[in-house]
Amino acid sequence: MNILGLSCFYHDSAAALLRDGDLVAAAHEERFTRKRHDPDLPKQAVRYCLDAAGIGMDDVDYVVFYDKPFVKFERILLTYLATFPRSLASFTKAMPVWLREKLWVPQVIQRELDFDGEVLFSEHHQSHAASAFLPSPFDEAAILTLDGVGEWATATHGVGRGNRFELLREIRFPHSLGLLYSAFTYYLGFKVNSAEYKVMGAAPYGKPRYYDLILKELVDLRDDGSFKLDMKYFAYDYGLTMTNSRFSKLFGHPVRAPESKMEEFHWDMAASVQKVTEEVVLRMVRDLHAKTGMKNLCMAGGVALNCVANGRVIREGPFENLWVQPAAGDAGGALGAALFAHHNVLGNPRSFRMDHAYWGPEYSDDEIERFLAHRGAPYRRLSRDEMIEWTARQLDESQAVVGWFQGRMEWGPRSLGSRSILADARNEENWKRVNLKIKFRESFRPFAPAVLEEKCAEWFDLDRESPYMLLVCQVRPDRRIPAVTHVDGSARVQTVRRDQHAEFYDLLQAFDRRTGCPVLINTSFNVRGEPIVRTPEDAYLCFMRTNMDVLVLGNCVLEKKDQPELREDFDWREKYALD
Amino acid sequence: MTNRPRRKQGTLAIFGDFWQFMRVRKKWWLAPILITMLLLSALIVVTQGSAVAPFIYALF
Repeated sequence: MNILGLSCFYHDSAAALLRDGDLVAAAHEERFTRKRHDPDLPKQAVRYCLDAAGIGMDDVDYVVFYDKPFVKFERILLTYLATFPRSLASFTKAMPVWLREKLWVPQVIQRELDFDGEVLFSEHHQSHAASAFLPSPFDEAAILTLDGVGEWATATHGVGRGNRFELLREIRFPHSLGLLYSAFTYYLGFKVNSAEYKVMGAAPYGKPRYYDLILKELVDLRDDGSFKLDMKYFAYDYGLTMTNSRFSKLFGHPVRAPESKMEEFHWDMAASVQKVTEEVVLRMVRDLHAKTGMKNLCMAGGVALNCVANGRVIREGPFENLWVQPAAGDAGGALGAALFAHHNVLGNPRSFRMDHAYWGPEYSDDEIERFLAHRGAPYRRLSRDEMIEWTARQLDESQAVVGWFQGRMEWGPRSLGSRSILADARNEENWKRVNLKIKFRESFRPFAPAVLEEKCAEWFDLDRESPYMLLVCQVRPDRRIPAVTHVDGSARVQTVRRDQHAEFYDLLQAFDRRTGCPVLINTSFNVRGEPIVRTPEDAYLCFMRTNMDVLVLGNCVLEKKDQPELREDFDWREKYALD
Repeated sequence: MTNRPRRKQGTLAIFGDFWQFMRVRKKWWLAPILITMLLLSALIVVTQGSAVAPFIYALF
């Protein structure tokens, strides 16, 4: 049985294909269309999933959409009615899109994908919960989903056993931890639904001076983690902005202009909302544990990408084990929706356990060579072992910044060693160099380390695996890896096992053999505003447009000094809007 | 190729879906709003959005 899960029409559209309950392929549409957070029907991602499985749409038994449009529409109408006439401007902007597209999901899917079977729907948080529990390593677990909003729910608590799960309680719109975080993201001059992670990265530079004020005025937080927001400070329920003038007046500053200088106030606000978020999550987790008595916790939803909060859940929470879906945001809803149909609806037993995130397209060395020959790019094709050793030497001796393109593309927002930019984490200069001259992004943003799993505890205060870069912990004080150590001594760690990604593991091991350091900077293979590269061509163009020194495409290696000048008839920086 | 039933949902199926939605979830208060919205949507589809504004004013 083939089940295709889809998430789309809001942000981060994606597709995932199950064959008899096992994941065959999953991908984000943005990687194909090169449009960051692309919300459109993921036609190209679907095409890829079908090709990877060697089937056509006629072989798909069900298409499952990741939320319920009518219920969402009801919420939107009711909210507009409740806030009329302030909602008029937002209403007139939203309705045409709803009337043209969002209400016609089954028709659009059937027409655009040439599908003549049944389209099923799972609720937004059911999809998140399914993506968290059903592919997890646990037979039973408590479930916590947290995001901006789906239909009505913004957070749910649930329990999963065997092949089913149940959602027990929920917090409803407009009271939303995700939207609270997004409101601060907006207020701090960053893009909503896109740059929340920058607020998290900015937090360690500030002090949580506004923590008490937020809890006093904005968030009525209870012991069990449930909360209500005082909506008089927010505009997202009726307007086209996240916060209103009362919010600015409360904190004594206007909304920060995008790209303007970050002042002490902004760092402190980031630190404050981050601390509030962690407090809410910790209270919820403690309450969930008290009510379920379970030892395992699964999380998904956009807030579950807050790896600083996740780190505190591990260290200070009552659960023994935590598993977070690598595509915890809305894209992961595609996988969750398909799994929900396969298990909760059709009652099939669980067989699939997700133990890596490499579910996207891959390219053989022959395909890579054909592209390079066509492009006229000088390269050398090495044996696999030579490629590993050569790359490790470049990273160490030449202190090269390496574009690293190996195997199947990652599922989820993080680069995990398939489409990565790598550099030596011991060299502090590499932090500035990669931030400013290669990624062209804000200088305050930290880089994450990848480390051999078996050596993780020697370098980081982390006693478990973190294969999806979703846990933040402290770097051990006796270890010096400044390029991946944040100002508060923390790092967002990715642990790597050989059975998860053999090439990346072997490279880390080769680097460790040379240097005694099993850690590398691992950042996404893209520039600011660009989706992560998918094809050898995407990788080559990104390599040529930036100050990367070396590109490793499979077993083919390229050095910048050998490459002919890139002749492009457009300014590529204008192609990607800043995120 | 699977043995599943083959059926494409027509445009008018949305009325049946809405009916089911209101019946199952007991959201009858949505009916007048939805009827107005669906009339509007038909108008938008027919006019492709270009001449909608004057009709909206006439309707309300």
